[in-house]
Amino acid sequence: MALLEVKNLGISFGGLRAVDGVNLEIKEGQLYGLIGPNGAGKTTIFNLLTGVYRPTDGTILLDGVPLVGRKPEQICQAGVARTFQNIRLFKKMTVLDNVKLALHNQVRYSLVKSLLHLFGYKKAEEDMNARAMEILKVFELDGQADYLASNLPYGKQRKLEIARALATNPKLLLLDEPAAGMNPNETEELMKTIRFVRDHYKITILLIEHDMKLVSGICEELFVLNFGTELAHGEPSAVLNNPEVVKAYLGN
Amino acid sequence: MNRKKKLSGKALILFRAAVIAVLFVLLALVVELKLLNRMMLSLVIPVGVNVILAVSLNITVGFLGELSLGHAGFMALGAYTSALFTLNVKGLPPFFTFLLALLIGGVVAAFFGLVIGIPVLRLHGDYLAIVTLAFGEIIRGVINVLPVTGQAMGLSRIPQYSTYVWVFFIAVITVLISMNLLKSRHGRAICAIRDNYIAAEAMGIPVTRFKIMAFAIAAFFAGVAGALYAHNVTFIKPTDFDYNKSIDILVYVVLGGMGSIKGSVIAAVVLTLLPNFLRSADNLRMLLYAAALIVIMIFNAGGYKARFLEKRRAKKAERMEEKEV
Repeated sequence: MALLEVKNLGISFGGLRAVDGVNLEIKEGQLYGLIGPNGAGKTTIFNLLTGVYRPTDGTILLDGVPLVGRKPEQICQAGVARTFQNIRLFKKMTVLDNVKLALHNQVRYSLVKSLLHLFGYKKAEEDMNARAMEILKVFELDGQADYLASNLPYGKQRKLEIARALATNPKLLLLDEPAAGMNPNETEELMKTIRFVRDHYKITILLIEHDMKLVSGICEELFVLNFGTELAHGEPSAVLNNPEVVKAYLGN
Repeated sequence: MNRKKKLSGKALILFRAAVIAVLFVLLALVVELKLLNRMMLSLVIPVGVNVILAVSLNITVGFLGELSLGHAGFMALGAYTSALFTLNVKGLPPFFTFLLALLIGGVVAAFFGLVIGIPVLRLHGDYLAIVTLAFGEIIRGVINVLPVTGQAMGLSRIPQYSTYVWVFFIAVITVLISMNLLKSRHGRAICAIRDNYIAAEAMGIPVTRFKIMAFAIAAFFAGVAGALYAHNVTFIKPTDFDYNKSIDILVYVVLGGMGSIKGSVIAAVVLTLLPNFLRSADNLRMLLYAAALIVIMIFNAGGYKARFLEKRRAKKAERMEEKEV
């Protein structure tokens, strides 16, 4: 059975049909790419999958459990984590705290412990610190754990967002343009990190990206979107040479 | 390089205990030996009450990042319920009566914080600010018509249980608890909502629940502060808790720097004392007070403070390096 099954997904904003009849089938452990020209509805699909928008029609099943109608925090707890196209870090919090926040539902302790710092608060916090540092190490951010998130350089902020999403222990990770604004070297490095994350944490990744080098380099399957509908899907080399796809990107 | 040594574990506890002990001894000396004039001594309890109010409002405004203009409403709830308790319950030793009164004041305020928070905290920003203002006034309005609260006449002959010892330790507890909250799972969730609630939601934080939690904790301490206030002035009336009081508290928080507990404490102390220092200026008093507020605000927001702190840090680092050489 597929990890994520999306059937006939659609949403209208007033008269605008942003996404229409999209089907996605995502198998466990694979790396998927979602591409398409600007305004094709890629981020809208992410927002539908994570409960930010409620679809006007269609179903979303994660491991057979329906997600439509659930709140974003419930969907996150069910195992879908995401990053954002325009970075949304907790800017006034430290790098470490950003990740620890994402561990909120993994390491739990009561409000009384929070207020008094007694009865095992310390042990739970140490556990949290250790887990957070472990994740930060993967992204080579452990040296900057005490920095405010807003003081990180751009590339590292993108990495921190991925680290934070991973800390929620997802089955499915959605990356919204992880390489946006990165130079070729940084992109190269990011590709390695994404592959490592997939193999190391054994999760499934669906990413939106405009950088075709990245997409064809790491994705095993692509979905192409245009005007809210699916244009093509399949292996990257086949999809990227599809005349319809080329036409959507470049025009006639 | 960050050379600042961070205290942790036992060292931190000892350091804090030492600071609290020194402060308490100083305060006790001043009060017991009457080292200040009567007017200043009469301000000790109001200063403490305002510190508690500022620190607690800082949880809503600084940590959660939502403007609340109804904090005096929760203070009123605490003041009235605790006063009604001590006026009607007889036979207990004063210590326990007062302790219970404080707790009841806090719990009732927190309960109303919860009840009001559930509908109100679905709003953000300016909408929320206006609605909290309205709720603060509604609380006052209801107190104004209920026979049990003495209506506009207020409650009088409340026993004067508040002492500097009570106020000092409750203020310390308030500060410690809000510092603890900041460094905890719940506090992080609250701050994350302030920084970016969409991301907080996406990271699995139930946003509304944590907003209500922050609101209720802040209301609890406002209620306790109200109880301390009532048992100091011994006579309370609805107009003590109008929106002017809410604005006063908000001014402490904003001037102290939103989110800074230390700042809230300092601002509450300075701004409670300042109008009384200016009393000699007579007619110009409020004008000078307002001018002082503007100056502090410019200092805070105009980047002067940032530059000042930066310079100080640079000097410190220089000195450290000299020492090492």
